[in-house]
Amino acid sequence: MDTIQLSPSDNVAVLTRSVLAGEQVRVGEAESVMEQALGLGHKLALRRISAGEKILKYGASIGSATREIAPGEHVHLQNMKSDYLPTYTLEGGREFHAKS
Amino acid sequence: MSPLTEHAWLRSDGRKGIRNTLVVAYLVECAHHVAREIQIPYRGHDVHLIGFSGCYPNDYSFRMMQSLCTHPNVGGVLLLSLGCEGFNRHALRDAIRETGRPCELLVIQQSGGTRATVKSGRERVEAILQDMAQQPRGPMEFCELSVGTVCGGSDGTSGITANPGIGRTFDRLVADGATCIFEETGELIGCEQIMAARAATPDLARELTDSVEKAARYYTLMGHGSFAPGNADGGLTTQEEKSMGAYSKSGSSAISGLIKPGDVPRMGGLYLLDVVPDGDPRFGFPNINDNAEIAELIACGSHLILFATGRGSVVGSAISPVIKVCANPETFRNLPDDMDVDAGRILENRGTLDEVGEEIFQLVRSVAAHQRTASEALGHQEFVLGYKTFEPIGPTCHPTYQ
Repeated sequence: MDTIQLSPSDNVAVLTRSVLAGEQVRVGEAESVMEQALGLGHKLALRRISAGEKILKYGASIGSATREIAPGEHVHLQNMKSDYLPTYTLEGGREFHAKS
Repeated sequence: MSPLTEHAWLRSDGRKGIRNTLVVAYLVECAHHVAREIQIPYRGHDVHLIGFSGCYPNDYSFRMMQSLCTHPNVGGVLLLSLGCEGFNRHALRDAIRETGRPCELLVIQQSGGTRATVKSGRERVEAILQDMAQQPRGPMEFCELSVGTVCGGSDGTSGITANPGIGRTFDRLVADGATCIFEETGELIGCEQIMAARAATPDLARELTDSVEKAARYYTLMGHGSFAPGNADGGLTTQEEKSMGAYSKSGSSAISGLIKPGDVPRMGGLYLLDVVPDGDPRFGFPNINDNAEIAELIACGSHLILFATGRGSVVGSAISPVIKVCANPETFRNLPDDMDVDAGRILENRGTLDEVGEEIFQLVRSVAAHQRTASEALGHQEFVLGYKTFEPIGPTCHPTYQ
């Protein structure tokens, strides 16, 4: 099992192992080819998610999609955001503030 | 059920300790070096260094120091003052002595400076240790145990393995009458309604959501949530996602009350510790790192701490042992000496949540009966204390006492 769906209503699954770019990974019922290497714990879309739609994990909203997300796609800072507070991260060694 | 341990240390306030630690505490940064020099020969002998860096007095930091120096795991105290700082050293010494604990106060400016105070301090440590060795021992029940939980270096595995595993342990401990404390209201942003549904009374439910809304306002003003770059590297994207994982540490018991740093619950049950200051932000970020939260959990009486980590935190703490529950199986293989429990094995089909919860529960028993945790054995004794301002808790926060 490559991913785990934590609640029946979720639209994302969580990787249970680290994966390499180009690797075929089972996401829910479908197979998906990874565009990049990802560590375990990262999220993949279980189905198509529209821009503005809530991202559901643990059966709860963890934020909103900022653009349309394809099934199997990596769901992270580049395509979703918090509904509460901006997310602070480091990118390329420089400080980077994601827009909320 | 058999007692938790037959050999706890009995304290004058009726509480019992699972360790008998001598605390060397500096009351301003200017006394830090002397305090550390005094402690160095006793590292590995349950002589721990704690302190407060600020020169200006603060009710919160005084209350924290008093709670920590009279914690049931503490048997004696040596206080180090420079001599001109604002901390009320005499009031602290008197409060500690009132509990019957041996307590000495050295003022560097009145003790001949660094070299003479270090020499004198080590002599005091010897005398206090001899006194502490005479302190009475006796059995301790589960209902006399207090356990805090914290997560740090969280990643996308934390909310699936280690945090819910600790939640299972908490459910078991609460059922056995123990006091369990979870905290960091800023890491409950996004799950306040789900949490409030578990409150023992409707009034408490309102207090719980208010505390999380206070945290959200505070963090919004500061421009940061409780979210570090490593959280995102580990697959977490938003504050509310991190919150849902953090929240699962609390298990599924009813929430008995809301407390603030230094409040010691008088009955078993599950408590939320509100660590975000009241009023307008005045002293910067509420918790500058995990150890600030751990110190607050200990000030509320926690005998030991269950620490869930995904990315891999290596910290321990002064005063109370820290059990490290590792959420991520890759991290466990990467940092094996620093971890006590391999909760990430769930992801590799080498165990279930119930089994992890049971393993943590059994480890709580062994550590209470003096087994050393990984961080204790490695000598970790981190401690940090800053400035904050709190209003006292209201009557609805302790619904069981109404």
